[in-house]
Amino acid sequence: MIKKVLVILLLAVIGFYLVDLLAQIPFGEKRDNVGDYYLQESVQSLKVANAVTGIVVNFRGFDTLGEVTVLFLAAMGLSSIMYRKKKKGDKDVRAKKPSSRILQVGVQIIFPMVVILGAYVFIHGHLTPGGGFQGGAIIATASLLMLITYRKFKVNHNTISWIESIAGVVFATLGIIGLIKGMSFLENFLPTGELNALLSGGIIAIIYVSVGFKVAAELTGVIDTVLLNNKPDSNNENN
Amino acid sequence: MNQLLTISFYGTSVALILIGLYAVLAKKNLLKIVIGLSIIDGGLHLLFVSIGYISKGTAPIFSPEVVGTNAVMVDPVPQALVLTAIVIGFAVTAVALSLVIRLYRHHNTVSIDEIKNLKW
Repeated sequence: MIKKVLVILLLAVIGFYLVDLLAQIPFGEKRDNVGDYYLQESVQSLKVANAVTGIVVNFRGFDTLGEVTVLFLAAMGLSSIMYRKKKKGDKDVRAKKPSSRILQVGVQIIFPMVVILGAYVFIHGHLTPGGGFQGGAIIATASLLMLITYRKFKVNHNTISWIESIAGVVFATLGIIGLIKGMSFLENFLPTGELNALLSGGIIAIIYVSVGFKVAAELTGVIDTVLLNNKPDSNNENN
Repeated sequence: MNQLLTISFYGTSVALILIGLYAVLAKKNLLKIVIGLSIIDGGLHLLFVSIGYISKGTAPIFSPEVVGTNAVMVDPVPQALVLTAIVIGFAVTAVALSLVIRLYRHHNTVSIDEIKNLKW
């Protein structure tokens, strides 16, 4: 009880200072900051229609490389935390009963569409809202659908790690080629093409497609690890 | 009107952050604590994006319909930062949940009151 009162007091102090701070930031007002420069440059020199993609992959490309690394480390940490030796009595946590006919047929129809939507989102990452992370998440959703519908559906972890590694290597290599050509890391060395064409933006499109593959593979791996490695001990199955 | 928008966006994000912090500090269930972390994430993302908003601005995408016109665009930098933050938030949630699963396997409970090994 006393703890809750203390927590609420602490939250009141934090809330007061947050509100006090935010009251000084006018809402919806134009500010002079680096955003204008990014908007201008992403159209004029990068020829990338989606300015957010321009920032994420080019201006802050190094940051994105780090972000992809964090995601990779999370996936790896997850599987090493969840790892346990297989015992005889281990069971799949997925429901024993096969899922209903309606779900199975529905997933058969929806699965390819969801994968195509995901691929569309990351291939057009530099033109429309979306990008590698979003498209990869959509594809991972498709594999989650398959995993919860079909008990026999297995994800091959070898394939996943190959896709992941190749996509990561493509990302890093494109950055290093920029260095070799005498520019900075991750600088665009390919012709930029025309604004709003599919083949535009130089290396940005290629990097976002490889990020899409990487994220899709990683999230699928995470879902699969959490779903299938989580076998309850035989003595606390009733909980 | 603008006042109302200010209150609704900033107010909602501050409320979300505080609710999440309350869950992290006061709840006993580990799963609820992880949910609280996710709620803090959501509040922060809303705060970032609403600070970057510019009145009557469109999405920062130069689609063929927008290119020639003088349309105002919202600040793209907070959006890019939030894109990063969402991915990191996912990674944090995934690792936290796996630790919770691990703790549950070991102690057979998710209540932090009953996991006393590290208490002094």
